[in-house]
Amino acid sequence: MENIAYLLLSLAAAFCAYRAMISKHLLPSALYLACVSASVSISLYLLGAYEVAVIELSVGAGLVTVMLVYTLSVVGEDTYDPASIIPKPVAFLIVGAIAVLAAWMAYPVVTHPVENGEVLLADVLWKQRALDVWVQVTLIFSGVMGVLGLLSERTIKIKEEQILQMAETEKPIAIQMEEEMRV
Amino acid sequence: MNISPLDIVLLGTVLLLAVGFYGLLITRNLIKLVLVLQILVKAAVMALVLAGKSSGNLGLGQSLAATVIVADTVVAVVALALAVQVRKHAGTLDVTKLSSLRG
Repeated sequence: MENIAYLLLSLAAAFCAYRAMISKHLLPSALYLACVSASVSISLYLLGAYEVAVIELSVGAGLVTVMLVYTLSVVGEDTYDPASIIPKPVAFLIVGAIAVLAAWMAYPVVTHPVENGEVLLADVLWKQRALDVWVQVTLIFSGVMGVLGLLSERTIKIKEEQILQMAETEKPIAIQMEEEMRV
Repeated sequence: MNISPLDIVLLGTVLLLAVGFYGLLITRNLIKLVLVLQILVKAAVMALVLAGKSSGNLGLGQSLAATVIVADTVVAVVALALAVQVRKHAGTLDVTKLSSLRG
């Protein structure tokens, strides 16, 4: 029964990911991505990773989907995905080879699971991996600053207006100086 | 042959990874590239948790997965903001038309 649940969730995630990828318009793709995120978070929950499942669901299915839909509303009609340059059979062969290699390398790890006892995420995150928390804080700060820098247009507009004003005010002075020179 | 739940999760992870790589190869739209990267990162998160579960150290796997989720979200948000600016200045989101270099 547990195997069937994992199989259904894995197939649902792969199917939604495929639909998100081949969809011609981006709004359905964003919604399919949210479904992928939901399937992955249920799988994570069943694996016992409760905290990461909650983070994945709230960030992956919530925040990222909202950001994608907002971006599509800003960008407008240019959301059509053009045809690929690489022939699809070639891409399929490359990806198939990569997938087989990845599965072949990872399979021995999962066939011999080790039981080390329960270690709480809080202990790992705040004691063993405290540097990761600082990296996350720095990343979030950098992301906020990056988005503010990319999307802020007010300062550019103000500078353009200042330049126009300076040009208007300096023009009469230049004309006056020319007239004075003539006199 | 006895198939464990971890084997099935590994299969799902590899499938997601394959779909993500395939999308990276055939996609030309800038916003869709961000979307495909999200699929790849979900596969990476599943692989990290799976590795933690297999090695008996699920806390470490979860911690690393949380870091990856945060990094990926920041990358996605900045990339989407960049895509908005690219669309505004270049007038297109097609990555093949964005290159100004001519060989």
